[in-house]
Amino acid sequence: MKVTLQDVEQVAKLARLEVSPAEKEAFAKQLSQILTHVETLKQYDTTGIEPTATVLGRVNVFREDIVQPSLPVEKALANAPEREADGFAVPKIIEER
Amino acid sequence: MALHKLSLCDLQKKFTAGEVTAVEIVRAYALRIGQVESKVKAYVTQIKDAALQHAAELDTRLKGWRKTRPLTGMPLAIKDNLCTESVPTTCASRMLQQFIPPYDATVVAKLREQDYILLGKTNLDEFAMGSSTEHSAFGPSRNPWNLHCVPGGSSGGSAAAVAADECVAALGSDTGGSIRQPAAFCGVVGLKPTYGRVSRYGLVAFASSLDQVGPITKDVPDAAMLLGAIAGHDPMDSTSANLPVPDYTKALRKKDLKKLTVGVPEEFFTEGLDSEVEQAVRAAIEELKNLGGMIKEIHLPRTDAAVAVYYVIATAEASSNLARYDGVKFGLRAKETKDLLDLYMKTRQEGFGPEVKRRIMLGTYALSSGYYDAYYGKAQAVRTLICQDFRAAFNEVDLIVTPVTPTPAFRLGEKSEDPLQMYLSDIYTISINLAGLPAISVPCGFSKAGLPIGMQLIGRAFEEETLLRAAHAYEQSTQWHVKKPVVR
Repeated sequence: MKVTLQDVEQVAKLARLEVSPAEKEAFAKQLSQILTHVETLKQYDTTGIEPTATVLGRVNVFREDIVQPSLPVEKALANAPEREADGFAVPKIIEER
Repeated sequence: MALHKLSLCDLQKKFTAGEVTAVEIVRAYALRIGQVESKVKAYVTQIKDAALQHAAELDTRLKGWRKTRPLTGMPLAIKDNLCTESVPTTCASRMLQQFIPPYDATVVAKLREQDYILLGKTNLDEFAMGSSTEHSAFGPSRNPWNLHCVPGGSSGGSAAAVAADECVAALGSDTGGSIRQPAAFCGVVGLKPTYGRVSRYGLVAFASSLDQVGPITKDVPDAAMLLGAIAGHDPMDSTSANLPVPDYTKALRKKDLKKLTVGVPEEFFTEGLDSEVEQAVRAAIEELKNLGGMIKEIHLPRTDAAVAVYYVIATAEASSNLARYDGVKFGLRAKETKDLLDLYMKTRQEGFGPEVKRRIMLGTYALSSGYYDAYYGKAQAVRTLICQDFRAAFNEVDLIVTPVTPTPAFRLGEKSEDPLQMYLSDIYTISINLAGLPAISVPCGFSKAGLPIGMQLIGRAFEEETLLRAAHAYEQSTQWHVKKPVVR
């Protein structure tokens, strides 16, 4: 599988990663190499084989819908890079008209 | 014998008998850490003063009352991807360099209930992604047996700390071999429990369908004791199994392998396996036979597929798990960004190292529209085949024995430029995570260059007792674990 610089740019955008020109080159080369190895999986016939997402085979685990103690606000905000009142502050998202 | 050389079980006996105080224990370890840590670099964070204070409090509280729990007063090191309340948890990443968890991981809380003593947090490959600790943002740890060699990874700091007697035992995590491989490289015991045996709550997530927490210890009885302390159901982890926890120490009473059939999979002894490693593991298999085990040749035909399957599934899960590092709620936030998207992009660029970025890219690629079926879907289907191979094998045998790694510890820098070569060195450990099985790494010899070699025993799901029993019988008859490195 040949991964192009354009592919790398597209994937980086999806992954919300800013990549430098040098990183772009390196990732294109390395991802091509790794994905070529991954393509050896084609030799295994998986017709009619169910995919495995978890080995446990359990689907949902329920509990009673009862309020339980949770992280207090001050503790939850203690690691915030920036806060405002009882919330996390981020750059403005909505443009002013 | 100097306190720092004792096993967990022996130190615990001494402490319970009142022959030594918690303060004396912590002082002995502080002294040892002072002697070797500048060479080994096992720790990311040390908390000597807090440990001493805790020990002093414990001694006062226990005065005249020595009926303690197994981990009471025992000085442990914890891998730095397990949350410890009010002690930094960095994952060896710039992203979390300033992060102080507001709560304990469940495994840590369980140890705290027993009044264990935390000595510090150990180094790892950033976010547990790697096989050498060279991907730590704070520099690599060293192998105590040869400081030019890697200690393995990702739990390299934990394994090196145990091997160099810088703690009595440690916790690691294992997603594709991250407990067993460093244990083998450092000549100590490492146990990856069955998926679901130990809670993952508070373990910083890498690949959620593969991650497990487990002990790294000086010998097998120590591993049994520590596993017993951390295992069990946790309502905070819906993937933790609601099964009773057996007394793992009791499982060690049978000192043989009578009535056990041990499978030797041909696929693990092929091209690429170092001859010294092969010899040591073959000799170990002979010993298992002498101990009463029935040796049987078996096949795990899809072994070759494991690396490819793993590096698709693990990176796909990682790309999703690491989406949380966005600079908003905790961790690093890039400065001077023009809008929210820019904040995400720059924060992640500055916070993640090259290997983490590479894996996020690979995982995002494998999950992206147009490639999902070809990569992620295919990998999940082949994962089913790998599980089937193990199921078929365990219809015939009770245990499987293999090497842990194709070679003894490699040198620093030897593989860091070639990601695929580094990934391929995980060949013997990752299929076990894909199948969710328990496995233990036990020392089984040394190379001519004096580097430790490990043997891996794999068991049926939730049959850690059989693993521990066989590993213990072997350990008792060989004594490889008694040899200690001279750190220089």
